[in-house]
Amino acid sequence: MHNFDYHRPTSLADAAKRLSGEAKLVAGGMTLIPTLKQRLAQPSSLVDLGGIAELRGIKPEGGGLTIGAMTTHAEVAHSAEVKKTIPALAVLAEGIGDPQVRNRGTIGGSISNNDPAADYPAGLVALGATVITDKRRIAADDFFKGMFETALQDGEIVTAVSFPRPDKAAYMKFPNPASRYAMVGVFVARTGGGIRVAVTGAGPGVFRATEMEKALAGNFSADAIKSVKIPAAGLNSDMHGSAEYRAHLVNVMARRAVTACS
Amino acid sequence: MADSGIGARALRKEDHRFLTGQGHYTDDINVHGQLYAYFLRSPHAHAAIRKVDTGAASKSTGVVAVFTGADVAADKIGGLICGWTVTDRHGKPHKAPPHPILAHEKVRYVGDHVAVVIADTLTNAKDAAEKIEVDYDVLPAVVDVAKAMDAKAPQLHADTPQNLCYDWLLGDPAQVDAALAKSHHVAKLDLVNNRLIPNAMEPRAAIGEYDGGTDSYTCHSTSQNPHVLRLILCAFILGIPEHRVRVIAPDVGGGFGSKIFCYAEEVVCLWAAKKVRRPVKWTAERSESFLSDAHGRDHVTHVELGMDKDGKFTAMKVETLAAMGAYLSTFATCVPTYLYATLLAGQYTTPIISANVKAVFTNTAPVDAYRGAGRPEATYVVERIVEVAAREMKMDPAEIRRRNFVKPDQFPYQTPVALQYDSGNYAKALDDAMKLADYAGFASRKAEAAKRGKHRGIGFSAYIEACGIAPSAVVGSLGAGVGLWESAQIRFNPTGTAQVLTGSHSHGQGHETTLAQVVGDMLGLPIENITVVHGDTSQVPFGMGTYGSRSLAVGGSAAAKAADKIIAKGKKIAAHLLEASVDDITYAKGTFRVAGTDKTKSIGEIAFAAYVPHNYPKDLEPGLDETAFYDPANFTYPAGVHICEVEIDPDTGVTKIVNWAAVDDFGKVVNPMVVEGQVHGGIAQGIGQGLLEGCVYDKETGQLLTGSFMDYCMPRADDLPSFKVGMIETPCPHNPLGVKGCGEAGAIAAPPALVNAVTDALGIRHMEMPLTSERVWRTIHKMAAE
Ligand SMILES: Cc1cc2nc3c(=O)[nH]c(=O)nc-3n(C[C@H](O)[C@H](O)[C@H](O)COP(=O)(O)OP(=O)(O)OC[C@H]3O[C@@H](n4cnc5c(N)ncnc54)[C@H](O)[C@@H]3O)c2cc1C
Repeated sequence: MHNFDYHRPTSLADAAKRLSGEAKLVAGGMTLIPTLKQRLAQPSSLVDLGGIAELRGIKPEGGGLTIGAMTTHAEVAHSAEVKKTIPALAVLAEGIGDPQVRNRGTIGGSISNNDPAADYPAGLVALGATVITDKRRIAADDFFKGMFETALQDGEIVTAVSFPRPDKAAYMKFPNPASRYAMVGVFVARTGGGIRVAVTGAGPGVFRATEMEKALAGNFSADAIKSVKIPAAGLNSDMHGSAEYRAHLVNVMARRAVTACS
Repeated sequence: MADSGIGARALRKEDHRFLTGQGHYTDDINVHGQLYAYFLRSPHAHAAIRKVDTGAASKSTGVVAVFTGADVAADKIGGLICGWTVTDRHGKPHKAPPHPILAHEKVRYVGDHVAVVIADTLTNAKDAAEKIEVDYDVLPAVVDVAKAMDAKAPQLHADTPQNLCYDWLLGDPAQVDAALAKSHHVAKLDLVNNRLIPNAMEPRAAIGEYDGGTDSYTCHSTSQNPHVLRLILCAFILGIPEHRVRVIAPDVGGGFGSKIFCYAEEVVCLWAAKKVRRPVKWTAERSESFLSDAHGRDHVTHVELGMDKDGKFTAMKVETLAAMGAYLSTFATCVPTYLYATLLAGQYTTPIISANVKAVFTNTAPVDAYRGAGRPEATYVVERIVEVAAREMKMDPAEIRRRNFVKPDQFPYQTPVALQYDSGNYAKALDDAMKLADYAGFASRKAEAAKRGKHRGIGFSAYIEACGIAPSAVVGSLGAGVGLWESAQIRFNPTGTAQVLTGSHSHGQGHETTLAQVVGDMLGLPIENITVVHGDTSQVPFGMGTYGSRSLAVGGSAAAKAADKIIAKGKKIAAHLLEASVDDITYAKGTFRVAGTDKTKSIGEIAFAAYVPHNYPKDLEPGLDETAFYDPANFTYPAGVHICEVEIDPDTGVTKIVNWAAVDDFGKVVNPMVVEGQVHGGIAQGIGQGLLEGCVYDKETGQLLTGSFMDYCMPRADDLPSFKVGMIETPCPHNPLGVKGCGEAGAIAAPPALVNAVTDALGIRHMEMPLTSERVWRTIHKMAAE
C-alpha cells in the first residue's frame, strides 16, 4: 500500500470539499482496501464516509424504502423493515460475501463500484430504484454503465437508494464457486411499473432480459420463459463458466426466481 | 488418568492458545533491529534476463541492500537441492538442473525470484522494488505436463532434452503386456490428476539472524522439519557448520507438505542477514503463496487393468507423465515414483504390475509432496480403473473389489510393486462402510431422486497408503539422501512432571496432546503434567520432522521407547528404595511394586530420588532423562473404504454430496477426536480436489490464472456433507504402539469416491477433475467441452 492522507468528515458538505485531486471515498473498504494493498490504486487521500450519520439507515418512504449509502449489507439483510417491504432485497444482501464482508460492505460502495458480478445492481434495476446523490437523483437504469462504470461524476457522492415496494420479487443467485460473487444472478420484480427481469454476473454489466419480461407480462409463470433463450454472444466467459453456460443459467435462475415469487 | 490416556478423546492442549489468539507464529515474532525483505518476482513464465538495474532501487528511501542472482553467484551460494535421487530405467541418476536462490540469467516460471530488496519497512522495500529495472528477453513457455516432451516445446534447462528429468520404470512391461493379452477383458483409461495449490492458512515466513560475536545464525521458519532444513541450509547451500545454526519452527499454521521443503526465501533471509548485519524478515502474501509454494499432483496417466472372466485382476500397466515444475523441489522426485508406483497394487492381489513414470520440467512453480504425496495419485488411478472394470464387466463395484482384496490370512503380503503389507482387514472395512452408507437402500434413494428430476450416484474408494516412510536402509537404497527414523527425549523434572521432546513437528495435527497421551499413559501422568516440545533445533534432539503421517507411527514409537527406558531405570531406583531385587519389581501405570506385596513407589517419588540421590543405587547415574531413536522395520499401511453419494441437478450441473461414509483402519487410535478431525480435514481436501480445486496456468503465457481465492476454489463448509466416520482396528504388528497414521487418508480416499459417484450418476465412463458444474452440465447435455 502506498501512503495517503486520511479524513473522516462528519458532514456531507465537508466530505465533498475534501474530494479534490486524487482523493477517493472509502465506505466499507471491502473493495477499495484490497486494491490499495495490491498497489493498483494510489489515491493521495481517503475520505471516509463512516462518520456521516445521515448516510446510514433504512427508512420507509412513500410505501417503499430509502436506504442510506453507508448501510451495510448485514443491516439490510437483518432489517425488519426490509423483510416486510422487500424481502427479496434482504435475501440478496444476506447472500453477499461472508459475515465480515456483510458487516463492512455498504450498498453505496457496492453500486458505486459496479462490479459486473455484484448482486445489488440486479436488485436496483429490477425494482426500478432511484440512486440519490449529493447532487441529483438518477434512475437505476441510467446509473449502471457497463463494467465498473457508473453515471457518477467526479466528486459526486451517493447518499441513498430509494426503492419502490414491489408486488412480488425474488432474487436467485448462482454463485461463482470460488469468489461466491454472482456468476449469474437474476432479480425478478413485479411493480406498478410492470415486470422487470434484471441479470447480473452474466454480462459486462447488469442488463434487463426484455424478452423474458414480455413473456412474463402475458403469463407470470416459470413455464412462460422456459423457451426464452438468452443469446450467449457478448456474455462473460472465464474458467468458471463459458458464455454459453451463463446464458443457460440465466434462464434457469430466472425460472427459479419467478417460481419463488409466488 | 483414564480420561487422558491412550484411547481418550482428550481435548487438545494446544487449542487454548490457538483459540485465544495467543499462538506464536513466525510473523508474530519481531527481532530487534529487523529489516524486511521483499522479493521481486518474474512476471514471465520463461525469459532470459538481459540486465537487472538496481541503481534507483538501492537509493530509494529506507533501502539497506538490493541483491540479485549475480550477488548470489559472486558469493558462491549453493542452489536449492533435491534430496532424493531417482535412478532412471537406464541406471542413470535423474537430471537436477541448478536451482539458484535468486534467478541467474534466466527465469523459468511466473513468480521465480529475481531480486530481493532489504529495507527498514516493507512499504519502502516494495517502493524500491518498483524501481528495479529488469530487461527480459521473453521466451516461449510450456505449462502443460502433457506437452512438455513435445518436439516443439521450449527446453527449460541446458542439459534436459525434451524437458525430461527421468524416465523411470518399476516392473516388467513386456511381462505385463503378455498377461494383458491373455486376459478375458482389459479395462483402459486415460486420466489427469489435477494440479493443486496447497494454501495452508498461515503463509510461509522466515526471519534470518546473524550474530557476529559468535559467528552463528538463527533462522525462524514455517518449517515442518526444522532439523532437515538446518541440514540442507548448512551442508548444501550456505556451507555453514551445523552447530552454528539454530532453526526454530514455532507455531506453524498448516503445511500439508508445502512446508517440508527448503525454499529460496528462507535461504536469502539468512544469507542477507550476515551481509547487512541485521535480522531480515519475510512473510509471504497470499498471492506469493499461490505463485511460489510448491504445488501438488499434476499427472497425466494411461492405465490398463486385465481380468479373468470372474473379474479377478490379472495384470496392470500404468504410464504416467508427472510435472516437476520449473526446478526440482526438495523431495519432488520421490513423489511420482516411490510414493506412487509402489501403491499401485491398492488393496488387491493383482499379480503383476508395471509402471513407467516420466518426470518433466514445465514453466510452472515447482511441484512436490502435497497431503498424500503420490498416494492420492495412485489411489485415483487404481480406484477409477477398478470402477471402470466393474462397469464393463457388469459387476457390482463392491463385489469386484471384495473378490480381489488381499485376505486377512495373506498378511504379510508381498505386492508386485516392492511393498510388503503388514496387516489389514479390507473386507471388514468394506462391510462396515456399506452399512454406514446404507448401500442396500441406495436403489430406492436413486428412484426417489429421479422423481424429483435429480441424478443420484454412488461411488466407492478402497484405498491403501504407506505411511511413516521407512526403514532408513530401504529409503537409502531407493535414493533418499536422509534416514527416516525419529527421535524423542523424555526429561523428568524432580517434582514429577515431564517434558517430551520430539523431532517430529506439529503444524496443526495436535502432537502436544497425542504424544502427551502416549507418554502419560505409559508413565502414569495426566497430560496436564506433560509438555511436548518441538520445532527448535537447539532444544530437541535431531529429528526428521512431520510428513507422510509419520509423527505417531515413528515419532510416537520413539517416545514409547524413551518411556521404556525411563521405566527400566525407574525399576533400578525402586529396587534400591524398596530393598528388593530389580527382577522382583513390577511396573504399571506410574507405580513400581515389589511383586506380590503392597510395597510401592510412585514414579514421582522415583523422579525425585533420581534428582536428589541421597539414597540411591551406587552404580547408577542420577537424573531421569532418556532419549530414544526409532527406525521402523517397515512402512505402516492404513487402509479403508470411503463411499460417496451424490445428487446432481441436471438444470445447473451442480453436484451435491449428500452422503459420505468412511471406515478407516489406522491401527490403534490414541485420540479418536483428533483422528476424526484429521479424517474430516482430509476428506474436505480430497473433495476440494475432486469438485472444486484446480490450478490453471494460461497455456500460452504461463500466467497463473488461479492466483487468488477469487479464482482458486477452496472447499468451504457448505460444500461438504456431515461425514459419517467409522473405524476398525488391526494393529500395526511392527511398532510398539500398533499405530498406522491418519493424516492423509481422507485426501487419498476422497477423489476417486467422488468421481466414481458422479460418473455413476451420469452413466458415463470418466470425467476429469475438478467436476465443475459446467463440465457436468455439458456432459449431461452431451455438449462439447468448453
Ligand atoms: C471476500 C469478498 C466477497 C464479496 N462477495 C460479494 C458478493 O457475493 N456479492 C457482491 O455484490 N459483492 C461482494 N463483495 C463486495 C462487497 O459487497 C463490497 O461491499 C462492495 O464491493 C464495496 O462496498 P464497500 O462499502 O466496501 O466500498 P469501498 O470498498 O469502500 O468502495 C468501493 C468503491 O466505491 C466508491 N464509493 C464508496 N462509497 C461511495 C459513495 N457513497 N458514493 C460514491 N462512491 C463511493 C469508493 O470510492 C470505491 O471506489 C465481496 C467483497 C469481498 C471482499
